[in-house]
Amino acid sequence: MTLFWEEEMETLPRVGLESVQLTRLKKLVARVYKTVAPYREKMDAAGVKPEDIQSLADLAKLPFTVKEDLRDNYPFGLFTVPMEEVVRVHASSGTTGKPTVVGYTKKDLKTWSGLMARALTCAGATSKDMIHNAYGYGLFTGGLGAHYGIERLGATVIPVSGGNTKRQITIMQDFKSSVLLATPSYALNLAETMESLGVDPKSLSLRVGVFGAEPWSDNMRDEVERKLNIKAVDIYGLSEVMGPGVSMQCLEGQTGMHIFEDHFLPEIIDPDTGEVLPPGEKGELVFTTLTKEAFPIIRYRTKDISRLIYDTCECGRTFVRMEKVTGRTDDMLIIRGVNVFPSQVEHVLMGTEGVEPHYQIVVNRVGNMDTMDVEVEVSENIFSDEIKVLEKLSGRIQNDIKDMLGVTCKVKLVEPKTIQRSEGKAQRVIDNRKL
Amino acid sequence: MRVEQIAVFLENKSGRLAEITATLAAKNINIRALSVADTADFGILRLIVDKVEEAKATLKENGFTVGITNVIAVEVADKTGGLAGVLKTIEQERLNVEYMYAFVNKSGENAVLIFRFDDMDKAIESLQRTGYTILSGDQICAL
Repeated sequence: MTLFWEEEMETLPRVGLESVQLTRLKKLVARVYKTVAPYREKMDAAGVKPEDIQSLADLAKLPFTVKEDLRDNYPFGLFTVPMEEVVRVHASSGTTGKPTVVGYTKKDLKTWSGLMARALTCAGATSKDMIHNAYGYGLFTGGLGAHYGIERLGATVIPVSGGNTKRQITIMQDFKSSVLLATPSYALNLAETMESLGVDPKSLSLRVGVFGAEPWSDNMRDEVERKLNIKAVDIYGLSEVMGPGVSMQCLEGQTGMHIFEDHFLPEIIDPDTGEVLPPGEKGELVFTTLTKEAFPIIRYRTKDISRLIYDTCECGRTFVRMEKVTGRTDDMLIIRGVNVFPSQVEHVLMGTEGVEPHYQIVVNRVGNMDTMDVEVEVSENIFSDEIKVLEKLSGRIQNDIKDMLGVTCKVKLVEPKTIQRSEGKAQRVIDNRKL
Repeated sequence: MRVEQIAVFLENKSGRLAEITATLAAKNINIRALSVADTADFGILRLIVDKVEEAKATLKENGFTVGITNVIAVEVADKTGGLAGVLKTIEQERLNVEYMYAFVNKSGENAVLIFRFDDMDKAIESLQRTGYTILSGDQICAL
């Protein structure tokens, strides 16, 4: 028996769903055109007026929004309401020094917590559950986004956030956590720490895990399920669109995550030409928000590669499913759940006196933890005959990267010319993780 | 009264030291003293050679990061307590040593101690005042 949060909407036949979508889309485009100059300018340049949107297919007439648009209008330039109506902001990694900022009205937070409650219900959670929220709290949408969804569901939230793994295990034992929310790599870390402490996962009350914020393979899912003795399901979201709860895997269907289409309109495009691809084809995922107030977004290019599955799902939900994200169209890396752009690392290095722009990022997965090494060539400008001077330099870069990206890395000084010079685009990243 | 020392950045990779010494040998450059300081990830090779500029040029040509720093060479008798005496003076004079290494000259009578201090001028003055012989680069190469 499938559990629903809003059964009528979740099982609406496609015709009905599309009519809801079209009404919302028209309203959104008219509002955005009227209130946000950058959107209006782009639409004018493309020769599209809000009245031109008469069917869902007309969506393709609208210009795309990309991460650079957010950067160009940093921090609040794309908000559609006055700041007094904005009750919360979140931020994620931008491609250079500045983060990408998003905002929410009271109603947006209500929509979001409702969608998160819907997502948790997909995973079989109810008001009886004790939900262990190990997503990071803060500017990142994961922690708080999930938090208010759990409260909305009526379950008990344990706002444990990330880190302090041993204490987390004690809490799981004593509070009888039944649902775990975390990045998949942190879930494996928890499993291994339990093993080393001699804690048998079967002695815990954990039943299901809701995992997201970083790519993970089916093999990894099997491992998490086996080691923690739980059922693992996938959640997807991104701050530009809302945060966690854009799409969610159900317990019944084995593949893909249901996109909450009454709020988010998905498209799959060819990343090179921008053409909308026929249903079922693999390409770049693009989202238009249908109900957001403070920060709606039109045709946002996620740079995530996926595919849409229109088959009916065993759970009875009519929402289309998106396949697990299999890659990116850009060079963004996800290190322990944190988005990292090589350009951010470069920005830090360029801000360090004497450091030349020859660097390489090497990513590995050691055990279940991602590690990031930043290799920097030692030029005469920064070289010293004293160890302490060089160690101070690498320590400083390490701290600056931690400050700016929120990720701990190891800076390795290497001999000049040892980082391969490529013709054309330099290979900045070597990702040895096998996902 | 300072001696020029060549410092070379070394990644911890096998064969790098051999490459450096071969590069110098090919140019007929003689190494009088050397030391390697190392950490888990990298090392610094410090060399006293007879032809400093030539050594620097050829190492650079071969892709190494090279720096020249001034160090002080102190001559002491090669007998028990020789180093202890100098270090006692250094302590009394409150000189701060960044690093040091030593070698014994061919005759075996004297040892040469190479020092890098944070305050080089004060160190020279103090050591000379307390009666130590400070060698020049030419003197070291002539040993």
